[in-house]
Amino acid sequence: MSGALLTNFAGVPFKNPVIAASGTFGFGRQFEKIYDLSEIGGLCTKGLTLEPRPGNTGERLWETPAGLLNSIGLENPGVDAFIENEWPHLADIDTVTIPNVGGSDLESYVEAVSRFNDLPVKLIELNISCPNVKCGGMAFGMDPEQAYAVTKAVVDESAHPVMAKLTPNAPDLVAVAKACEEAGAAGLSLINTVQGMAVDIDRRRIVFDNVYAGLSGPAVKPIALRMVHQVVHAVKIPVMALGGIADWRDALEFIMIGAQCVQVGTMNFVDTTVLPDIAEGLETYCVQHGLSNIDEVRGIL
Amino acid sequence: MAVIKSNFAIEEGIYQMEVAWTGDVTPGQFFMLRAWDRDPLLSRPFCVHDYDPESGTLTFLYQVKGKGTKLMSELGPMDAIQLDGPHGNGFPDVKSNLVVVGGGMGIAPLLYAVRDFKAKHKRKKVRVYLGYSFESYGVEPFNDVADDVIVNIGGIITEKVEVKRGETVFGCGPNVMMRALADAVPPKHPVYLSLEKRMACGMGVCLGCSVKTVDGNKQVCADGPVFERDELIWEGGL
Repeated sequence: MSGALLTNFAGVPFKNPVIAASGTFGFGRQFEKIYDLSEIGGLCTKGLTLEPRPGNTGERLWETPAGLLNSIGLENPGVDAFIENEWPHLADIDTVTIPNVGGSDLESYVEAVSRFNDLPVKLIELNISCPNVKCGGMAFGMDPEQAYAVTKAVVDESAHPVMAKLTPNAPDLVAVAKACEEAGAAGLSLINTVQGMAVDIDRRRIVFDNVYAGLSGPAVKPIALRMVHQVVHAVKIPVMALGGIADWRDALEFIMIGAQCVQVGTMNFVDTTVLPDIAEGLETYCVQHGLSNIDEVRGIL
Repeated sequence: MAVIKSNFAIEEGIYQMEVAWTGDVTPGQFFMLRAWDRDPLLSRPFCVHDYDPESGTLTFLYQVKGKGTKLMSELGPMDAIQLDGPHGNGFPDVKSNLVVVGGGMGIAPLLYAVRDFKAKHKRKKVRVYLGYSFESYGVEPFNDVADDVIVNIGGIITEKVEVKRGETVFGCGPNVMMRALADAVPPKHPVYLSLEKRMACGMGVCLGCSVKTVDGNKQVCADGPVFERDELIWEGGL
């Protein structure tokens, strides 16, 4: 490693800007059987809530052209079980573990995030963008005032920097991004899934019990690029970009338009080594183009 | 990457693919297969239909349903296919006589289950029930390994199933049939069911294939696909 990928995100050093997206990486245990997690910059945990959640009923997955609709519904063991069973293991790994935390109202967000206050967490990802839960989640990320309120409440109580994860479904994403910045968010991550729908003509049914679901995968990448481009020009805090990134070239597109880091999600299901492969691809790119740091091409467009 | 030895239709729309592979695999386990770049996006999970460690041949039985299986059906000998696995937990090693119940493509994992069982327990008996909606397929190899094979076309196979004293039941088929089987077999018999769910990762991270059990949610891919009947909570649909 040449150090060309060393990246600072809101004061947090990452050995490279390639990070596993929440909900596609579990708590890392399955992937550490395949590669050393210290090869990647960081990982966002499966979305955690104060109370355990069983997730949604019915069909949860539906493949689409170059994409995947999901309606998992934040199935998770709860913050406390995570801290007890998973955090000690993750804390020993030389990568940045970013707890992704969601809630259903202001109090549950604040309470869930504050459970991490005594742990050496470097960054928290605030999930105000999950499209698959009936109340909360995305509801907070749709409207600048609500986004401001929840981000402010969490930032005030959190001992750690907070990165708000935004939904592309917001009518005015830039306004939401600015509201989070104003509320004290240290950074932003975007985009969460794009709300979609599927119909099963054989069964004459709407596929998902929750009717709408979240679309991810290469299909959403052009939308993600456009939105990241808009947001990085509107805020001063750093942005972690995600949405359909499948290889190092995709990652570089986001970096060239100004993303500080990238997250990779759905492609972990397709190619289990996609994260270290992207890190390696970016490293090779820097060497081949004589860059001492990838910063030299960051935000050039 | 693995090399395909043969790939042909055994019935209209039903294919058998033999792939060169050696390793340890338990009946009921599955592999994630793909033979394309990024379209379709996901790999496809298939249970092992048969396995011969001596010749290093792994067999899959599949029905052409969508783009992925269509692409698979067009492959031929010497073509490459990506095999990731085996994944999941298969059928247990049981010491009693065995009753095996398969519905439609659910027959796929049961051939290797029967073959493996008979290899381990030569004196034990296996009775196989195979149920089909319209036409039967893939019956012949069962005749070679099982003591008795009962084929039923149309109707409900689980109504035909008789379970005798001391027998254990293995089942695979649509989840509605698995529930019927779970309800039909008297409680004193152990029943192991291989469940079907759409999967994305195949390794327990996406949580797309959760089922409700007495110990909370479990994943069909990582904790199953085979579950003991008493673990499963059917209410509300799997």
